[in-house]
Amino acid sequence: MIEARQLTKIFRDKKRGEIRAVDNVSFRCQPGRIFGLLGGNGAGKTTCLRLLATILQPSAGAATVAGYEVVTQPEKVRANIGFLSTGTALYGRLTARELVEYFGRLHGLSDDLLRPRLDALFAALDMNEFRDGRCDKLSSGMKQKVSIARTLIHDPAVMIFDEPTHGLDVLAARAVVDFIRQCRARGKTVIFSTHVMSEMEKLCDTIAILHHGRIMAEGSLGQLRERFSCQDLEDIFVRVVEETP
Amino acid sequence: MSSRFIGIVYRKELRDLLRDRRTIISMIVMPVIVMPLLMTGLGLAAVKLGGKMRQEIPKVMVLGGADSTNTLSALRALKAFDLVAPSPDFTNLISDKKINAAIGIPTNFDAAVQAGEPAAVTIYTYEGEFKSMIASESLDQFFRLRRDRIVGERLAERHLPEKLFAPFEIRKTNVASPTKVSGNLIGMILPYLVIIMCMTGAIYPSVDLTAGEKERGTMETLLCSPVARTHLVLGKGLVVLTVSLATACLSLLSTGASVMLLKKLAVNSAKGNPLPLTLDPSSLLAVLVMMLPLAIFFSGALLAIGLYSRSAKEANSYLQPLLICTVIPAAAAALPGVELNYGLALVPVLNVSLAGREIMSGLFHWNYIAVVFGSMCLYAALAVALAVALFKREDVLFRT
Repeated sequence: MIEARQLTKIFRDKKRGEIRAVDNVSFRCQPGRIFGLLGGNGAGKTTCLRLLATILQPSAGAATVAGYEVVTQPEKVRANIGFLSTGTALYGRLTARELVEYFGRLHGLSDDLLRPRLDALFAALDMNEFRDGRCDKLSSGMKQKVSIARTLIHDPAVMIFDEPTHGLDVLAARAVVDFIRQCRARGKTVIFSTHVMSEMEKLCDTIAILHHGRIMAEGSLGQLRERFSCQDLEDIFVRVVEETP
Repeated sequence: MSSRFIGIVYRKELRDLLRDRRTIISMIVMPVIVMPLLMTGLGLAAVKLGGKMRQEIPKVMVLGGADSTNTLSALRALKAFDLVAPSPDFTNLISDKKINAAIGIPTNFDAAVQAGEPAAVTIYTYEGEFKSMIASESLDQFFRLRRDRIVGERLAERHLPEKLFAPFEIRKTNVASPTKVSGNLIGMILPYLVIIMCMTGAIYPSVDLTAGEKERGTMETLLCSPVARTHLVLGKGLVVLTVSLATACLSLLSTGASVMLLKKLAVNSAKGNPLPLTLDPSSLLAVLVMMLPLAIFFSGALLAIGLYSRSAKEANSYLQPLLICTVIPAAAAALPGVELNYGLALVPVLNVSLAGREIMSGLFHWNYIAVVFGSMCLYAALAVALAVALFKREDVLFRT
């Protein structure tokens, strides 16, 4: 489970002064459900997910991920999450197998546990054809599969996806969406950010609309439609953004 | 457990780096192939060209002396000079390297010498020009021998012993062992070379593993792992240290091989008059031990600079001045009069360079060595602590 409590992140910029990238954000994501963060560029989605992944430290507030506090137990949090974002690239000079193996070892997996898990994962993601290919020689879709394998090698309870279909073609993006669904089916807690409305509609059990670092609306797609009297998520999003002072 | 994760990071980073052609070039090709080729190539070229130039007969212009037939005949008879016709433009001809030197013989020179009156010849040269200096030396030697012969003849005429002219002899005896003699010579260049190779060896990996990772987007991937950031940066630091030391050791080995090759070639060409080049393995080992904290210092400092930089390009712009700041103190140790003392033993880089020079020449001032080693260990610890501290700062890791 993920629980954010008044989570806040302030960046200080010499020219722009204080920037509240994430402002007093609170939400809960349950196991077996997908929580979606919808927002435009600069809304604070990536910062929010980085806070949950303990890559950044909150300026105020707190969050619990898989039962561990992000501020006081960051290493325990990272041991229980799979984080995939546009910023998490692959080591180009390693092969797909070496890369996934490396992250498995960093998660403390022994060789006895790592080998069968790696084989099962590569088979499930249909990666055996390029398992010994260097990552810098792989296509975007193949690279995304390697990234997915990396996030799954330690079988985390929580999955954090930051725009995981960004830059992928239709088929590769569909494979990622299917994979996120599988995570839900396996009872994992999933948090997912995007600005692609159709993906939000297809995947998320709960949607939070983030704007200027704050959650402006939250609920299931049905609840949001009812509240804003709109069927189309894009229209709902635009209304929320326009109503924001 | 922590050392296990440092080891995992170390093995992966080293494997990753060794697959990069640029690492191979900076770590292996430069010290093992380029440096020896430069050293032996330049050394052999210098020996060959020097020998060739000495065999060439220098062009010398004789100015005046038409009435000094004895001197002129002796000059011609020697056949050591290609005597050219006099010209009033002789200074320009020497400067333009058309002739190598000129000798000015005053009017009535022979007569004045015969009469025992004061007389002087003037050698005109191009100071610093190799061929001109050879011509000048030959002319100088010719006139000195001629003067000594005349003095000898005059002493004989007066039935005086030759010892009157040379009441005593001056002899020089080298009391230092060949190892010390060569250590003193090699000590001028070897510590400098090892320090520079330590530094240059660390540059590429330190930038690639930090700013390079930021640019490639793999830093965030790595930060997602549950390994403590201290262990991540220590794993990276060990890789930088390994490449730095490997570069230094390989350059040391290749330099040793080049020196031996040069020595062998010099023995062959000098027919039993070998160059005084003998390396003492224990001194060499001691120099390497002294280099260890310096290599850690370089690794930590370069890693910190790489971490602070947003890109490899930015890191390189910071590293250029740092390289100059390393070259100057490393080379300063070879300056005459710069000796190791307690003050200089605290100056990073210069202290190791000076201690290395002393050690190579067989001097072991243990008190200075202890201060140098201790201070370098402290600087190394500070540099590593700085790198670790920067790796924990998100405003540094995500600097935009």
